[in-house]
Amino acid sequence: MIKFAKVFKAYPKGVLALRDITFHLSKGEFAFLTGHSGAGKSTVLRLIYAEDIPTEGDVRVSGYATRSLTPRDVPRLRRRLGIVFQDFRLLEHRTAEENVAFALEVTGTRRSVIGPKVARVLAQVGLAAKARAYPHELSGGEQQRVAIARALVNDPFVLLADEPTGNLDERATRGVFQLLRDINANGTAVVMATHDLDLVRQASYRTIELQDGAIVYDSAADAAGAEEAS
Amino acid sequence: MSLAVREALLSFRRTPALSLLSITTIAFALFVVSLFALVALNLRAALADVEERVEVVLYLRRGTPLEAVTVAIDDILAFPEVADVVYVTEETALARAREELREFQDVFDDLQANPLPASFEIRLKPGFRTGRHVEAVAERAAGFRFAEDVRYGGDWIAKLDRLRSIAGAMGLLIGAAFGLASVIIIGTTIRMTVMQRSREIAIMRLVGATTGFIRLPFLLEGALKGALGGLVALALSFGTYAVVSQLLIRGRFFTAGEAALLVVFGTAFGLTASVVSVGRHLRDV
Repeated sequence: MIKFAKVFKAYPKGVLALRDITFHLSKGEFAFLTGHSGAGKSTVLRLIYAEDIPTEGDVRVSGYATRSLTPRDVPRLRRRLGIVFQDFRLLEHRTAEENVAFALEVTGTRRSVIGPKVARVLAQVGLAAKARAYPHELSGGEQQRVAIARALVNDPFVLLADEPTGNLDERATRGVFQLLRDINANGTAVVMATHDLDLVRQASYRTIELQDGAIVYDSAADAAGAEEAS
Repeated sequence: MSLAVREALLSFRRTPALSLLSITTIAFALFVVSLFALVALNLRAALADVEERVEVVLYLRRGTPLEAVTVAIDDILAFPEVADVVYVTEETALARAREELREFQDVFDDLQANPLPASFEIRLKPGFRTGRHVEAVAERAAGFRFAEDVRYGGDWIAKLDRLRSIAGAMGLLIGAAFGLASVIIIGTTIRMTVMQRSREIAIMRLVGATTGFIRLPFLLEGALKGALGGLVALALSFGTYAVVSQLLIRGRFFTAGEAALLVVFGTAFGLTASVVSVGRHLRDV
């Protein structure tokens, strides 16, 4: 489903952001990407949603090789992904439901379909009662839920979350993390970049740790190695 | 589509001053072009009127035999430019002069002999009534042995022709200068809108909006500004025409088709300016 094979990413000034990254993420899997700031977590996500293309190596996402994507393919690929960020990226002058509907409007979804779909995902993230609220009227946790609802509304096969709890207090963090777990339980894969090790320890999900742009630990490879050794 | 229309209209509300400026510059660019077009159109109409009357007059030497005249008429009629030839005898010329210049009646009465020469009035076919052709016919007519003198109004026809060309060229030049200014202003407006909406555009891209979808509101906005500019230019032109018609000379205004063309041109202009700048600025977001 998502496959990185010997991926290197260098930025114009010669900074090597990723070196020799290889991993494979299966359908419906939940994986943490951990590491310090600047370790390359966000770059991995950017390569998945084709904001960047690898300098070397191959990134495959749902059958698309991102290096050979045409400009037309990029929106097609992104409609199959859900993306959330630490800073929520909501439109301030739109209500919660309008923010969610926006993702459908820009992909040309029929108006009659948009209403019920938006209501469904807002209920799913527990914000049905605040559909008409503007972002500034919502708490951080609630804003992130709106962002998650927007990411889910196109029924993505994977949800990419870049430090989704980075701006939240502990209670909101727990709530959002539980929501991501629920989403994963419903069959959507989740890739969550975080440096919150407490969260990582709370669940026994796959963990890929990056350091200076290289994978220094992958719990899946570790488990496979352990299996082989026994 | 509805989202694109909403966004395009919203942009007018978000940047009213800049939008107004774009519309005004487009309007002035088109106003200048349309004024010169009006001048050129009216000049052409006046010229067509004058051209109707264009003729070459060949004065004959006294005593030219009638046989020579008959042969010459056939020869001149064979010129490809010539529509017809009228032979005016010395007597007819005098009779006309008496008719047209009544105030000199006494002078005519005192005449011992007829001083007026016989002439050929050579009228040209439509399409040949320009300076170049008139001159060519006059030159050939002057070649007849019995030719005394050749007269034609070629000079001032050529002058009017030149005036029309100058009016056209000036209109295009000044219009182009204003046009360039509006391209720059439309570009700036779009750049500001793109920057103002960069967050929204980034989110649109993230959730899978196509580039065409993102560009559409900007293109609609440009086309709308162009159309409004065209309408304003039309109104300004009509105002000017009305004043000039009342105070100076009566002319003609644009036909409905020509007026529509001005608005269509404005729309196409606004759209083109948007296409050019939106592609460039969107890349920076």
